[in-house]
Amino acid sequence: MGVREWTYIIVGITFAIYVGVAIWARAGSTSEFYVAGGGVSPFVNGMATAADWMSAASFLSMAGLISFMGYQGSQYLLGWTGGYVLLALLLAPYLRKFGKFTVPDFIGERYYSQTARLVAAICALFISFTYVVGQMKGVGVAFSRFLEVDFETGILIGIVIVMFYAVLGGMKGITYTQVAQYCVLIVAYLVPAIFISILMVGNPIPQLGLGGTLSDGTYLLDKLDMLSTDLGFDEYTTSNTGKVNLFFVTAALMLGTAGLPHVIVRFFTVKKVADARKSAGYALVLIAILYTTAPAISAFAKTNLLNTVNNQPYSSMPSWFGKWEETGLLKFEDKNGDGKIQYYNDKNPSYVSATATPNGWKGNELKIDNDIMVLANPEIAKLPAWVIALVVAGGLASALSTAAGLLLVISSSISHDILKKWLKPDITEKGELRAARITIGVAVVIAGYFGINPPGFVAQVVAWAFGLAAASFFPAIILGIFYKRMNMEGAIAGMVTGLVFTGAYIWFFKYGGGLPEQYIFGITPEGIGTLGMMLNTVVALVVCSMTPPPPAEVQAIVENIRVPRGSGAATGH
Amino acid sequence: MSDKNLQEYWKKNLRLLAVLLAVWFFVSYGCGIIFADYLNNFRLGGYKLGFWFAQQGAIYVFIIIIFVYVNRMNKLDKEFGVDEE
Repeated sequence: MGVREWTYIIVGITFAIYVGVAIWARAGSTSEFYVAGGGVSPFVNGMATAADWMSAASFLSMAGLISFMGYQGSQYLLGWTGGYVLLALLLAPYLRKFGKFTVPDFIGERYYSQTARLVAAICALFISFTYVVGQMKGVGVAFSRFLEVDFETGILIGIVIVMFYAVLGGMKGITYTQVAQYCVLIVAYLVPAIFISILMVGNPIPQLGLGGTLSDGTYLLDKLDMLSTDLGFDEYTTSNTGKVNLFFVTAALMLGTAGLPHVIVRFFTVKKVADARKSAGYALVLIAILYTTAPAISAFAKTNLLNTVNNQPYSSMPSWFGKWEETGLLKFEDKNGDGKIQYYNDKNPSYVSATATPNGWKGNELKIDNDIMVLANPEIAKLPAWVIALVVAGGLASALSTAAGLLLVISSSISHDILKKWLKPDITEKGELRAARITIGVAVVIAGYFGINPPGFVAQVVAWAFGLAAASFFPAIILGIFYKRMNMEGAIAGMVTGLVFTGAYIWFFKYGGGLPEQYIFGITPEGIGTLGMMLNTVVALVVCSMTPPPPAEVQAIVENIRVPRGSGAATGH
Repeated sequence: MSDKNLQEYWKKNLRLLAVLLAVWFFVSYGCGIIFADYLNNFRLGGYKLGFWFAQQGAIYVFIIIIFVYVNRMNKLDKEFGVDEE
């Protein structure tokens, strides 16, 4: 059987499982729809959180990014795991004790203000929408390459599946399908990594294999450093660019992770405060399995790639090369007409004059999209067809699980925070549940539409979602828990400052014609959320000190969320 | 629970947080970024040490931090009688 048949079989089986689970876990009340009834065990919630969190970007793009960035790619590894420490220590237990359905709920109650609730709901909507569009695109890429259907058809299939279990089951259905999706995606990630690790360094554990030796006795990473510098690139394992920006980007990703509403809301689904703490720990363990494997895949793939393509005749390329060329994600242009592929750093002037020009090379001839490294890796390493099919199923699981979590946040922001708490407080539970189902359905369709016709801004999903989450939610929640005196005026002023500053900075440098020379302290738009977070905090504290303290009952709420005893199930009232 | 007890509980909680967050900062931003170049002079098998912290080690320490926190807080909750049934 070929790759295509295997893909149909494995993807078909996994989809059947998701649908089966969804039918089994239907939601009957708003509590089940928003927070799965609040009775999810810590380990199950940890698995669901991990699947929710690990998106198409983690599964498909991250290892590829690290492959090309080397040490600098550590920002993703540190940033997307370190945030869980903040979540476990500073947010999850207190928000669980607070016991409401959504993040805007917390902001609205803690800052006794409908304006604050509305600002938070709009932030949550914007963050989740930019993020979900990226997932839809991931679904489209995986389908179009391996099932040989159109990109559009691929997205349509994705929409139908997500719609089915999200509309039917709400958080309850999503939680249990995410558990299944976690299992699929982690197996799909580990199997090829283990295979390749055995092939390259003879060690079945990729985390150890990355530090292992190749058959010629040299360390893999040393060999990779050498291969890289031989082609005019920087050493793989060391940093040559600014540490300040690395610091800021890492921090923005960490703070953003801890502030993302679809991650926070997962901790409302467990029974107790102690469970919320433990659950964050389980989530990080399950996430770390993928995140510590990723750098190994990056290094293996990069070494394999450099060995396979460099200075080899185009005609001798294996069949995967041509297939990826068809998708446009791999591009070869024979600039000097010698029929061979020259892949090197043509932006390194000393290398160009010393090596490239004397050899008659006329520029780098190979363009490789980050996104294909994980999908192409098993083919490059010549693994069996079923492994390749498994990776496709894993990529789809990661995209679908994250999309579902985000869609739920979108739906709850509209049906709960805006409709129930603001526009129509007398709506019945049945009416709210119906509204939630309708909004989630509409949101899937809109997300799918934007996945097919991506607006310019989604290309920078990461910068937007994380920057805004870090600059708006993170400080407002932290101050709300740890600073009893923080009041409505301070929190709103802080959130608006953080949002406007971060939003304007990203906008200016991505679309407004800003040049890298104009970066403040050399910080790229990906890292600016950290500065936005600091500004938010300073403004909030200053405004707070000049305005009256919050009412006594709000201060009592803060006292109350600081102790675990007496946490009931999450409610909407 | 009395106010005084509550304050004592909260103070102990904050002290634990400060220690754990200091470790969190040290392994990620310290060993993984700020001192990475220096640590790269040392090796851990095939890894340069700074690189290992940035792409492996810090993540393992993060996990340990969370479980230490869970453990300590559960004890603290019991000690002050604020744990859940």
